[in-house]
Amino acid sequence: MTSSTIFAATLELAAGVVLVCAVVTLWRRTLGAIVKALALQGVALGAVAFVLGDRQHDGVLMAVAAVVVVAKGAVIPALLRRVVAGDPASREVAPLVNVPASLVGAGMLTFLAYGATAPVVALVPTSAGRLIPLGFATLLIGFFAMAVRRKAVSQIVGLLLVDNGIALVAFLATAGVPLLVELGASLDVLLVVVVLQVLTAQMRSRFGVLDLDQLRELHD
Amino acid sequence: MLALVVLGVPILAGAISAVPPWRRGVGWLGLAAVGAVLAGGVVLAVRVLHGPPVTAFDGTLRVDALSAFMVIVIGVIGVLACWQSVRYLDAEIGSGRCSRRHASRYSVLVQLFLAAMLLAVVAGNLGVLWVAVEATTIATAFLVGHRRTRRALEASWKYIVICSVGIAMAFLGTVLVYLAALHAGHHGTASLDWTALMAVSHHLDPRVMRLAMALIVLGYGTKVGLVPMHSWLPDAHSQAPAPVSALMSGVLLSVAFYALLRFKAIADGALGAAFPRALLVTVGLLSLVVTASLLLAQRDYKRMLGYSSMEHMGLIALGAAAGTPLAIAAVLLHILGHGLAKGVLFLASGEILLTEGTSEITQVKALIARRPALGGIFGFGLVALLGLPPFSLFVSELNMVRAEVQVGLGWVAAIALGCMAVIVAAMLSHGRHLLLGSGAAGELVHTTPAVVTVPLIGGLVGCAALGIVAWPLDGLLHAAARVVAL
Repeated sequence: MTSSTIFAATLELAAGVVLVCAVVTLWRRTLGAIVKALALQGVALGAVAFVLGDRQHDGVLMAVAAVVVVAKGAVIPALLRRVVAGDPASREVAPLVNVPASLVGAGMLTFLAYGATAPVVALVPTSAGRLIPLGFATLLIGFFAMAVRRKAVSQIVGLLLVDNGIALVAFLATAGVPLLVELGASLDVLLVVVVLQVLTAQMRSRFGVLDLDQLRELHD
Repeated sequence: MLALVVLGVPILAGAISAVPPWRRGVGWLGLAAVGAVLAGGVVLAVRVLHGPPVTAFDGTLRVDALSAFMVIVIGVIGVLACWQSVRYLDAEIGSGRCSRRHASRYSVLVQLFLAAMLLAVVAGNLGVLWVAVEATTIATAFLVGHRRTRRALEASWKYIVICSVGIAMAFLGTVLVYLAALHAGHHGTASLDWTALMAVSHHLDPRVMRLAMALIVLGYGTKVGLVPMHSWLPDAHSQAPAPVSALMSGVLLSVAFYALLRFKAIADGALGAAFPRALLVTVGLLSLVVTASLLLAQRDYKRMLGYSSMEHMGLIALGAAAGTPLAIAAVLLHILGHGLAKGVLFLASGEILLTEGTSEITQVKALIARRPALGGIFGFGLVALLGLPPFSLFVSELNMVRAEVQVGLGWVAAIALGCMAVIVAAMLSHGRHLLLGSGAAGELVHTTPAVVTVPLIGGLVGCAALGIVAWPLDGLLHAAARVVAL
């Protein structure tokens, strides 16, 4: 095998794992397993950045890869585990859409992603560019998860899926945004998770449970 | 250098405020800091009117006439809100609802919130702009939930989740613009500088830019409070402490709209005016229709004010859709006028909540008879907000309609005016209930402390003065409009 086929195969594998992890979060119901899938997704995302950086001899991108692995593979999952640990009933008991239907939904969203990204893929005629729909699919699955899941943690997970999907698109399409923006964006995401973690703790002390059906005092 | 000072002052004031315990002096320090920001904004405006844009860090920070105008808007509303914050925290501590440590945290977050908004408007790079807008969400999340009641926490959760999703879409849009710029032959960080992007905008791939612009309008539109991503707005605005509501409604929404204006100017070059116009007309009209249909049924006066912000953001979106220099100048004047009127109304509503103990419209009666100063301020604020002369919103609304008719959007203006008629009727009916009538026999007439009346009357006088003579701002408004107009 030549180095370019190895490169293409590794990249496909890593980007594929990102999408598979997104599907796993829809499939599993225990929040602990969902957080594990999210951690693996963070590592796979870092691998995408690393492979691309290695290929293009781009030291900055490889450093970004390290930041991604630490932040999304370790720090954020650790924060989420703290939220889960405080929730005795840490299972997604009754999502609005059941698991088999969710998986069908994920499949359809992946098709949709291929359609929507056609103009973007046309602009990036590389082996990385062909994988851009995987990022879009991850993002759409994230939206879907946020819409149909009722646990506070599941919503945070959905938000992170959206974010990881966008990061995957950014790596594949443009080899990442400029470093300053990348660092700012990572810090922002980390802080959002911290804020949501603190909020879940405050809500638990007020409401007792972390079910978003509890959140319906404000409406028209 | 000056741009850095403007950014640094609130951060420094925030750091000092972090030292517990909270004292009144900390509140006055916050006011002084935002006053310094306002002064800095005025100096920046004078500088950029008579010379080239002020830049720092190789163009990462860049102040042109539009940025300077936004700094002034943040400064003006910031002064009102920080002034009233002293009163708010005093009262909360006095009633035991809030510890001094908690009050310190409030002061720090307000200063960081101001700093994040300032960074957004002086950033010369679309990526940095995004980071700053996201930072405003983080800074305000705990401010919205500051009262820590069940409802406040619920509003805070919805706010951060919905806005994070929206802003994530805006990030994807930014990435796509970056991709288009790389494809047009740009390299490195500079490809997200909008001066560079404006220069090559007609080489950007139109198919990718179309997708990007749709994501940007939806994404930043979430923070602006435009339909369909608006549902956080009435919740957050009604639950946040009054000074925070004033800042969010008066400036944060407009700062997010400022981001839309910058992107629109690039998309106009890449795609022609029609596509961005169609997007903005759609979200603007939807916002007006939704507001008009929900306002009459409101029972909470802070929530009513929140919906009214959606109305005004819808009007601004329509003005921006027209996009001519006349329209953009009117949009900018409207941003300042709405900030002043809505800021005054939210701050007055905070005082009503404090003294009456309820935010239900039906529970508050005859304010003008019982609290003449407070009721009068609220009444004049409503008159300003509804766009009656002499207040500046009348002038800006008139000019936006004129501009819309000029570019063939007369039908849009007609629908907008229809919605506004419904909204005016609804707000007047709520306002009449709050303000008019006679108090219970033998009830004392209450006075309102000067810490409340002085800034609020100042804000109203300013709003009226802008409607009569646009003089000190005229040159700046037109210079700012030329930056992004068609």
